[in-house]
Amino acid sequence: MRLKCPSNFRIVRLPCTGKIDVIHILRSFEKGADGVYVVGCREGECHFTSGNFRARKRVEQAAAILEKIGIGGERVRMYNLSSGEAPLFVQYSTEMDDHIRNLGPNPVRNAKGAGEHAA
Amino acid sequence: MIIAEKKPIEEIIEAVKDYGRILILGCNECVTVCEAGGKKEVQVLASALRMYFLKEGDEKRIEERTLERQCDHEYLEELREDIDRYDAVVSLACGVGVQFAAEKYMETPLLPGVNTTCLGANEQRGVWTERCQACGSCVLASTAGICPVSRCAKRVLNGPCGGSSDGKCEINKELDCAWQLIIDRLKALGRLEDYECVAPIKDWSTDRAGGPRKTVREDVQI
Amino acid sequence: MSNKTSSRLEKVLRSGQMAVTSECGPPRGSDPEAVTKKGEMIKEYVDSVNITDNQTSMTRMCSLAACIHLKLAGLDPVLQMVTRDRNRIALQSDILGAASFDINNILCLSGDHQSFGDCARGQNVHDLDSMQLIQTVRHMRDEGKFLGGDDINRPPDMFVGAAANPFADPFEIRVPRLAKKVACGVEFIQTQCIYNLDRFEEWMKGVRDRGLHEKVFILAGMTPMKSAGMAKFMKNRVPGMDVPDEVVKRLSGVEKKKQAQEGIDICVESMQRLKEIEGVAGFHVMAIEWEEKVPEIVERSGLYPRPDV
Repeated sequence: MRLKCPSNFRIVRLPCTGKIDVIHILRSFEKGADGVYVVGCREGECHFTSGNFRARKRVEQAAAILEKIGIGGERVRMYNLSSGEAPLFVQYSTEMDDHIRNLGPNPVRNAKGAGEHAA
Repeated sequence: MIIAEKKPIEEIIEAVKDYGRILILGCNECVTVCEAGGKKEVQVLASALRMYFLKEGDEKRIEERTLERQCDHEYLEELREDIDRYDAVVSLACGVGVQFAAEKYMETPLLPGVNTTCLGANEQRGVWTERCQACGSCVLASTAGICPVSRCAKRVLNGPCGGSSDGKCEINKELDCAWQLIIDRLKALGRLEDYECVAPIKDWSTDRAGGPRKTVREDVQI
Repeated sequence: MSNKTSSRLEKVLRSGQMAVTSECGPPRGSDPEAVTKKGEMIKEYVDSVNITDNQTSMTRMCSLAACIHLKLAGLDPVLQMVTRDRNRIALQSDILGAASFDINNILCLSGDHQSFGDCARGQNVHDLDSMQLIQTVRHMRDEGKFLGGDDINRPPDMFVGAAANPFADPFEIRVPRLAKKVACGVEFIQTQCIYNLDRFEEWMKGVRDRGLHEKVFILAGMTPMKSAGMAKFMKNRVPGMDVPDEVVKRLSGVEKKKQAQEGIDICVESMQRLKEIEGVAGFHVMAIEWEEKVPEIVERSGLYPRPDV
């Protein structure tokens, strides 16, 4: 479809969002990401039944941790859509981009030694 | 098994803030099963702490390791060569593991990363409930397999008390009344007349009241 | 059967006459007059007076001290003792303390959980439960020995009681539970307050079927309703309480300022009916913070004056 998508995004493909663990989200921030969004199937339509529900719980957990340590829980979000909804994907991506720009850079990024010790 | 819950991260931050080189030490047994202190939880805690202290401009080195158990010498010994690399260790093992590690490594501060709560069973994913108080003299044969010491808030041995209502405990509507469970089970076993057997006054000397317990099996000591 | 103790309550009950007991809560402070004044109000109308023991886990003057004040004022107190706060050493010790003042009635209870009161973070003890406490008092009195086996100098001269709730859960063990307490040695029972007379009669039938009414004296619990609001509260929010709709309706059907009197009328009528039930040996009138109504209730139920024993 050749729709325009923000270029500062790194896309990590998974067979199912249920594969995501809290640590994957946290490591992204440790390595300097300003925001993480998890895009999974619409609820009730998960190819593997409940992977997207697990993902949502883990996104919430990660958000809670990020909030507690002062990075900001709003930097991680989950979106649900079906694979045929490309325009919606672009819309969510743009939304996320704007949202994160408003929040500013990840406070870890500018700190000394950031990313060095993350495994 | 032993059930534990993660300590709030603020508490751990407060405990480690003065140390520069920290090891987060997990355990592969009970705390892994109740998702409080296993390898995954070690990774998450370490990552969160790193980000927090980086943000604060505080240079800390936070490392991760998970032992098979922290209640046996042989596994804790695995740390012997590396322990001096750390100013403090946050152990995510249950209270037993934290202490056993502390005894072994007397010169390294050993900090708890979880709150050990009880001896319990996994009722369903994400739910663990208490079943045993380790009283040292098990009465389950006379209470149809349900323990009044651990499951009754008043540990009455001849219950129920007057607060049992609709099968629930007076302190919490979601808590089953242990004595209702016992009576139901006695009925199911066709033994309701056993209800009238009076349970004698308990010997609590085998319980915590008698002092820290010690079990010795001389037959296995060579 | 001859009297086992010098308790006035026991004497009245064994003489075959209806007994009347009542209840007082000690103050949340150390003023003895808060106890003695209530005692004075009801002295002539009751055989014995219970003093509650940190009821609902709210810290108050201890039952033992309040009982002593009443005893010195010429009343016959019933020492309520819960197992929540004291281990077996303290329980036996307090029993002896009470006995040293010739307090000769005791009511053995477990006690409400501490989470209900003002010290929700405290420990609870429950070294013994209420049944084992009954056994303990009987053992101290009849064997003259401590639980540890040593002899007691001047064993306690105490008439042993416990509570029973015909309306509590689970239903099927209501009578077996009474049988169990009787087997432990209980001598008198005070029931939870009764509003559902039919259901109470059903329980009494079960009690009589097992001959328990001949082994223990049963005092029917009575609490007058102060208002329709109180009736509704007790109906809906108090577990183990059975308040039939008719009672609520009857109170609601009367204008607010007359509801208290209606509540007393209901209480008196119930007592008249309960007097006729075989196995009911008396009444336990609980008018907490409304002690001034006890005289009227006792008089109108035909239970005044109290007998000479």
